[in-house]
Amino acid sequence: MTPQPPTVLRLTGITKRFGPVTANDAISLELRQGEVVALLGENGAGKTTLMNILFGHYVADEGTVEAFGRPLQPGDPRAALDAGIGMVHQHFTLAENLTVLENIALGTQKLFAPRLDRSAARRRILSLASDFGLAVDPNAIVAALTVGERQRVEILKALYRHARILILDEPTAVLTPAEADALFATLKLLVAQGLSVIFISHKLHEVMAVSDRVVVLRGGRLAGEKAISETNRSELATLMVAQDVHLPPIVDVAFGARLLLLDQVSTAGRVSGARLDRASLALKAGDITGLAGVSGNGQAALAALLAGTERMTAGTVELFGEKRGAWGAREALQLGIARIPEDRHAVGTIGDMSVTENVILESYRGRRFCRRGFLDWPAARAFAEGIIRDYEVKCPSPDARIRLLSGGNMQKLILGRALDPEPRVIVANQPTRGLDVGAVAYVHAQLIKARDRGAAILLISEDLEEIVALSDRICVISKGRISEPSRRGAKTIPQLGEMMAGHGLEAAHAS
Amino acid sequence: MRLEPKPAPSIAVALLYPAGAVVVTLALTALLVLAAGASPLSVFGLVARGAAGSQFAILETLTRATPLIFTGLAVAVAFRARLWNIGAEAQLYAGAVITVVLGTGALPWPSWLLLPAIAISAMIAGALLLLFPAVLKTRLGVDEVVTTLLLNFVVLLFVSMLLEGLLKDPMGLGWPQSRKVIEAAQLPRIITGKRLHYGFALAIASAVIVWVIMKKTALGYEMRAVGHNPEASRFAGIPVNRVLMKTAILSGGLAALAGFSEVAGLKGNLTLDLSPGFGYSGIVVAMLAMLNPLGVVAAAIFVAGIFVGADAMSRTAGVPSYIADVMVALSLLTMVVAILLMRFRVRWR
Repeated sequence: MTPQPPTVLRLTGITKRFGPVTANDAISLELRQGEVVALLGENGAGKTTLMNILFGHYVADEGTVEAFGRPLQPGDPRAALDAGIGMVHQHFTLAENLTVLENIALGTQKLFAPRLDRSAARRRILSLASDFGLAVDPNAIVAALTVGERQRVEILKALYRHARILILDEPTAVLTPAEADALFATLKLLVAQGLSVIFISHKLHEVMAVSDRVVVLRGGRLAGEKAISETNRSELATLMVAQDVHLPPIVDVAFGARLLLLDQVSTAGRVSGARLDRASLALKAGDITGLAGVSGNGQAALAALLAGTERMTAGTVELFGEKRGAWGAREALQLGIARIPEDRHAVGTIGDMSVTENVILESYRGRRFCRRGFLDWPAARAFAEGIIRDYEVKCPSPDARIRLLSGGNMQKLILGRALDPEPRVIVANQPTRGLDVGAVAYVHAQLIKARDRGAAILLISEDLEEIVALSDRICVISKGRISEPSRRGAKTIPQLGEMMAGHGLEAAHAS
Repeated sequence: MRLEPKPAPSIAVALLYPAGAVVVTLALTALLVLAAGASPLSVFGLVARGAAGSQFAILETLTRATPLIFTGLAVAVAFRARLWNIGAEAQLYAGAVITVVLGTGALPWPSWLLLPAIAISAMIAGALLLLFPAVLKTRLGVDEVVTTLLLNFVVLLFVSMLLEGLLKDPMGLGWPQSRKVIEAAQLPRIITGKRLHYGFALAIASAVIVWVIMKKTALGYEMRAVGHNPEASRFAGIPVNRVLMKTAILSGGLAALAGFSEVAGLKGNLTLDLSPGFGYSGIVVAMLAMLNPLGVVAAAIFVAGIFVGADAMSRTAGVPSYIADVMVALSLLTMVVAILLMRFRVRWR
């Protein structure tokens, strides 16, 4: 038997409580030199909390962190950096108006140094980049980079600071399949050089593909630890959720009438990211249309246009068979267009208001809750209790602030609010992003139920597997243009991935 | 140092934080009193007696609290919707100008008709004065903190111009003051022979009405939603800009009532020292009340008590009455810290 490589990082008995919630319960974890450990768990399982403790953003209530044999000063990100721990956050921390070089060198030079030693920094960046396959131009302005390139800059930033341990928080959420593969290749090069990597994810196939060992968290506790060679996807899935998850079978239904048609529509670009550029799309009753694409290619503009918060500059819209102009948000609701927003914290809910106040947000003006300007709070509360019951929301009471709910329960409330009036058109933008397996299955089941009752559903997602699993027809969006739909199963995932990267989209339009 | 959010405390605990803020304020003020060469205990005793030690003191405190309730409500309503109205002072003077213009004989109406007409006109003037910055904010993105704050000086200079010209009292011996309002335009006294007037009753009624609006109506719900998260509100179809306009109308109108009540109820005429910063103190009052309309009444009486009590104290103890300004300012700071500590746990490492 070969001797074990040395342990570079040891977490012992880490416990962290937020009020009554125990986010981490006596978690111990070991990382050895030259290995990739995947940290797997549902959302809310405590992965991010654990990594924030390791990186010094939080102070653990109990337990110790040891890096390279020396205890790590708790609550001090600089101590973590000095100990050789680098973190790549899910949301990048780059200054967009500076160059790659400046971003990487930022904070590594003396505060009052007379000038930035650019040539030395550039040499080091280029050598790191070529060693690990992280191609970027040090002189490029970060604002001009793609998401994949920005991630490479983040990794370079950590390596530049002599990180020996790299923590990646959900790194593939924003990448195309091809970009993700490139990232995995980089990780292999890193560990070959003796670095160690902690890879946070809730996607099983990635975990299987890239890691040597997997640590599963569930409800803040350690649920299991396996060598990848000795486990499989279904075992890991069971460890993650502790209960078997059943997806409802998808039945092919006959498409109904065309409820919504966008013809050569362009948008004004008020929302961030790309605008729509002469995009065409049809939604049919009893049909889920999946829209695949890499983030920032016009999905936000499309969702906003249908939600009623974005203006149209060209093209025509037909709703329920009638040509008409675009609508406002309140009008969208009155017309029977339900919206599930991409960002449930910033857009879908008002964190400091109660569950009751949040579920009536889209309907408080109706006769059901409002009489001559006065709100009927008992009726609103009863409505909230109904949603909590029907949509299996776990929450202490309808009066609790919605901020205190987990992502999955928040999303169930949003679903309940959107689906209760039985809308004819549903626009679901990333409805399962960041949710755990159980909540994902629930959201999918609800969408399928709405489809079966005859609603036309647009499912916008960056998760190709989700699109393929759920959609009756699949379109791809790239640079603000939408491809012709293809029937489910007509295109393979690699083919769709090609189209997401912009290949063949013009051809699809021409045909 | 870092802040970690903590769950909402029970009501009993929540009340401990403002109490703690008051204790810390008193302790810090005591240091200043010692520096002034007096005994803190006797000074605080004198302040308390001056604010609430006699019928006269209590009535005086309530009289002083009246404009603070109006401006405090104005600020509380606006801040709830995150409309940062720093211009309650200007809106107060707008209300006072209208009261003088309409109340000095221009409308020969009986009191029961004249007073409501003046009050409503004053509210419209205050509302318009805040609508202007609100439109600039929603249409052009101009920061309303700057515009409302600077309008205070514009309006004060405008009033100064009026008092030297159009509205100048010809019998005023050259002083920059307006004529007195006619008797029909005067708010009656609650107790004959004392200074407390029905403006106080109007202030209490306004607080209750504002409370009902905020708690029970769709408008109050919209205002809170817009204040907490404008983006989510817009997504849900709440007309955010229109809600901000309504908020501006309500807030400006309430602040203008302070000017109406001071002129029609207490002073009788308009001078440049009608308000010793009631508009700014309204911000303190609203913050102390944590933006709760009923809390505004208590906070306004507390702040008024400190001012009235400090005046009385300085006459006997020889400590300058400016100590009141220090106490009010300190109580705002300690209250802000108390609210922070109530919501977050502070970790020093």
